[in-house]
Amino acid sequence: MFAASSEAMSTADNVGLIINLVVYVGLPLLVLSIGWLIGRVQEQRHLSSLARREAELSGIEVCDLRSPPGFAGAQGRCELVCGEVVIASDVFKRWLFALKNIVGGESRTFKVLFDRARREALLKMKERALELGCNAVCNVRYDSSDIGGNAGGTQKKSSAMAVVLVSGTAWRREEA
Amino acid sequence: MQIVNTETIPGATVVEVKGLVQGNTVRAKNIGRDIAAGFKNMVGGELKGYTELLTESRREALSRMMAQAEALGANAVVNVRFSTSAITSGASEMMAYGTAVVVQ
Repeated sequence: MFAASSEAMSTADNVGLIINLVVYVGLPLLVLSIGWLIGRVQEQRHLSSLARREAELSGIEVCDLRSPPGFAGAQGRCELVCGEVVIASDVFKRWLFALKNIVGGESRTFKVLFDRARREALLKMKERALELGCNAVCNVRYDSSDIGGNAGGTQKKSSAMAVVLVSGTAWRREEA
Repeated sequence: MQIVNTETIPGATVVEVKGLVQGNTVRAKNIGRDIAAGFKNMVGGELKGYTELLTESRREALSRMMAQAEALGANAVVNVRFSTSAITSGASEMMAYGTAVVVQ
């Protein structure tokens, strides 16, 4: 009778342990792996789309000079063009970064994230320049901000979003 | 109204400087966007709702700047710059400023 109840207790303990394992180890691992998997697929897709669109728009010359050669005599209307983008990181990247924060050093994953955001914003700007019938953009400026993150310091977790705004002046460059 | 972020406009000469004009806006993201963004924050990727928000606030700031320039009697704004600042988490200020000028 006593032995049987102790056996029942240990079975209950085992079930409790399994539930604890599932809740405290399994679920975070599941979330992390989903984040890693979808994040990776999306990153690859985004990088290849960036490469394709960059090749398409390579005819538009971009520089950050105030008045590049030929600008003073440019024909047609020049106009302010902007591109903006917000890109979120995934849970796996943030977890990696938390680990990286312990030892320090370059965070490659976040570097790639900001790189993607800048390239995407620049592409959007170039697309708008193309819509206006221009083939060059000068005086390009980058600006970044944080709309959803822990700006006020009120949230304990940073959501790590790359927010990039890029602006420039679109103009028509005469072909030499 | 012509807006550029260079100091000069090709083919036009600045005949009069009307002064600094600026326009700003503070936009808060709504709950619907928050939920979508919360999910996106797990898996990563572009937050289309927030990108739209940023586009809207940039347009709003620019149009307010243009209204100020028009009130001063200018017909162009040169050397336009953007500045953003986060007020609290979830809301951001977008500011556009430039020099209102009369060009010929």
